[in-house]
Amino acid sequence: MPQATQHFDLPVVVDQSKCIEGCRVCVEVCPLDALAINPDTRKAYMARDECWYCTPCQVDCPANAVTVNIPYLLR
Amino acid sequence: MEIITEILVIGGGSAGSVAAIKAKEAMPDRTVLLLEKANIRRSGAITMGMDGLNNAVMPGHAEPEDYVKEITLANDGIVNQRALLRYAQNSAAMVSELDSWGVKFQKTSTGEFDMKKVHHNGRYVLPMPEGYDLKKILCRKIRRVGVRVENRIMATRLILDAGRIAGAMGFNTRTGEFVIIRAKAVILACGACGRLGLPASGYLYGTYEMPTNAGDGYSMAFHAGAELSNIECFQINPLIKDYNGPACAYVAGPFGGHTVNAQGHRFIQCDYWSGQMMMEFYRELHSGKGPVYLKMNHLADETISEIERIMHTTERPSRGLFHANRGKSYRHDMVEMHISEIGLCSGHSASGVWINENGETTVPGLYAAGDMASIPHNYLLGAFTFGKICAQHAVEYVKTVSEPKIDPAQVEAERDRVLRPLSQPDGYPHHQVEYKLRRMVNDYLQPPKLTTRMEIGLEHFIRAKADLDQMGARNPHDLMRAMEAHFIRDCAEMAARASLNRTESRWGLYHYRVEYPVSDNANWFVHQNLRRTPDGNMEFIKRPVAPYVVPLEKDDRESYSRLRIDESSTITQAV
Ligand SMILES: Cc1cc2nc3c(=O)[nH]c(=O)nc-3n(C[C@H](O)[C@H](O)[C@H](O)COP(=O)(O)OP(=O)(O)OC[C@H]3O[C@@H](n4cnc5c(N)ncnc54)[C@H](O)[C@@H]3O)c2cc1C
Repeated sequence: MPQATQHFDLPVVVDQSKCIEGCRVCVEVCPLDALAINPDTRKAYMARDECWYCTPCQVDCPANAVTVNIPYLLR
Repeated sequence: MEIITEILVIGGGSAGSVAAIKAKEAMPDRTVLLLEKANIRRSGAITMGMDGLNNAVMPGHAEPEDYVKEITLANDGIVNQRALLRYAQNSAAMVSELDSWGVKFQKTSTGEFDMKKVHHNGRYVLPMPEGYDLKKILCRKIRRVGVRVENRIMATRLILDAGRIAGAMGFNTRTGEFVIIRAKAVILACGACGRLGLPASGYLYGTYEMPTNAGDGYSMAFHAGAELSNIECFQINPLIKDYNGPACAYVAGPFGGHTVNAQGHRFIQCDYWSGQMMMEFYRELHSGKGPVYLKMNHLADETISEIERIMHTTERPSRGLFHANRGKSYRHDMVEMHISEIGLCSGHSASGVWINENGETTVPGLYAAGDMASIPHNYLLGAFTFGKICAQHAVEYVKTVSEPKIDPAQVEAERDRVLRPLSQPDGYPHHQVEYKLRRMVNDYLQPPKLTTRMEIGLEHFIRAKADLDQMGARNPHDLMRAMEAHFIRDCAEMAARASLNRTESRWGLYHYRVEYPVSDNANWFVHQNLRRTPDGNMEFIKRPVAPYVVPLEKDDRESYSRLRIDESSTITQAV
């Protein structure tokens, strides 16, 4: 199947300057497993647009690096 | 991976966490395995805690019999009162136990639980303004008692041994490893079918329910041959439009907030969610007086600050951000509301896997608790309490049975089924298949239910089987979503068939059939159960409503059928 690349406005934003290398808290707490660690930077990012805007990733982040926005379609 | 355990609990949310704790406490030298597709630290509907218990039956405020009466009425009489009574008699003890574990409930200055009235008749709401730590407290307890936990494993099918339960199968959603678990008893606690209808926003995961709960438990129980009950009694909730979470009248109500129409008039006597209330809500939305709002802008500034402190830290805390984004404030603006997509959930309505007062399903060794089990309006405290009831019974049951045998044929068939999408990575992607399936659910199953429309819907859901077989997944995560689409399709088919089969209207909007607009007590004052036949079809069974243990008075019977405020009182009550 041919692949298309689309640009999405993703609700969870991780501030790369604050995110702690090697920390996985947000990735582990996300019920939908929507966050991942970038193997190059060892920092977290939102890898999938699957979000209940529930906020554990933001609240549990020890570095205050995570912001949960309301997904664009319902904002 | 193969695991052997005495008791397996599937789903580590509210019901499953308590079930695992209580089972392990009762048999500390045996293995209790808690399987969770997410991570128990933050999984399930209470990921951010909860702002209150909706249905606590507390001594001095209500008798268990009062509660049984209230829910019998709210559910149009179709209840198993023995199971409701079992809950009502055990809910206060569950609250005390949670209190002893460190859960913070609102108390009066004299240290009593501070009960509030939201239901039509009784006082059952116990606020938890600091309820955000619920999962932390449950996890601590799970660790302390020594429950074995496996996170990021999604169960997909149960295993049977000569008609009784023998375990479950699934896979690791990060590595793709296939998992076989042998267990003498299985407690299903997988939550609601929250990804059935598509929210009006069109966002797949913008559901009312925690979207991890895709109907997994309903589907697994069905394939194991268990009976499911009253699936046509959909869950439909009044929510903040677009945000699609509770507004939340249960928090605002005791402070003086209430539901109004666009003219600022109240139109329902009570904000407790029931099918009858949803019908009035639906009528108002579609009348010239819509939309409907939650009104708090008449309240004092400090009252609103208190409401915000609760609503923006627990349950669905991001609703504060949602309002702020649109420049809305409870101080000046009313909260626009809408009705949710349809779902299956006994926690709020009545559609679930049939259980009795011990939490037993119709398959020996298989239990169910929480949103997916058939106890109506069971909510959070019902999930906790029935989790405990299931554990108590399962602990005794496992003493009476031998080790089950795992049938290699069932395992191989499931391994093939589950792993197939990985072998066809160019197959249909899960999000497209799921979007289409759920859009069809909206188009064809949303009440008012029309016969022809539902028949066309059913055709689509059957045809969708072919699409599911052609789904592709490129990694274990996408495989999880692909297998969830199977659960969703199963639930859609059950919802269509069950709705078609019950040729009457009942439960207000939840089962409002255009061609059969009134309730037909002569033929349909029954639980409509469905189950899988050995050849894979669906059959229906009418289960009579067992004689009431708490009789209803004539006056009681009317209370939920007259929820609308009439015009004259609207004027006097309007704020
Ligand atoms: C937005 C919202 C607000 C609510 N407000 C209130 C309230 O104010 N008061 C109240 O009393 N009740 C409230 N409720 C209801 C209450 O939260 C639920 O009834 C209760 O939490 C249900 O518990 P459960 O264990 O059945 O489901 P959950 O707690 O959701 O747990 C289900 C678990 O199963 C896991 N799971 C699902 N499928 C699988 C699988 N295949 N394999 C492995 N794991 C799986 C999920 O990840 C999840 O952790 C609310 C519910 C929602 C959604």
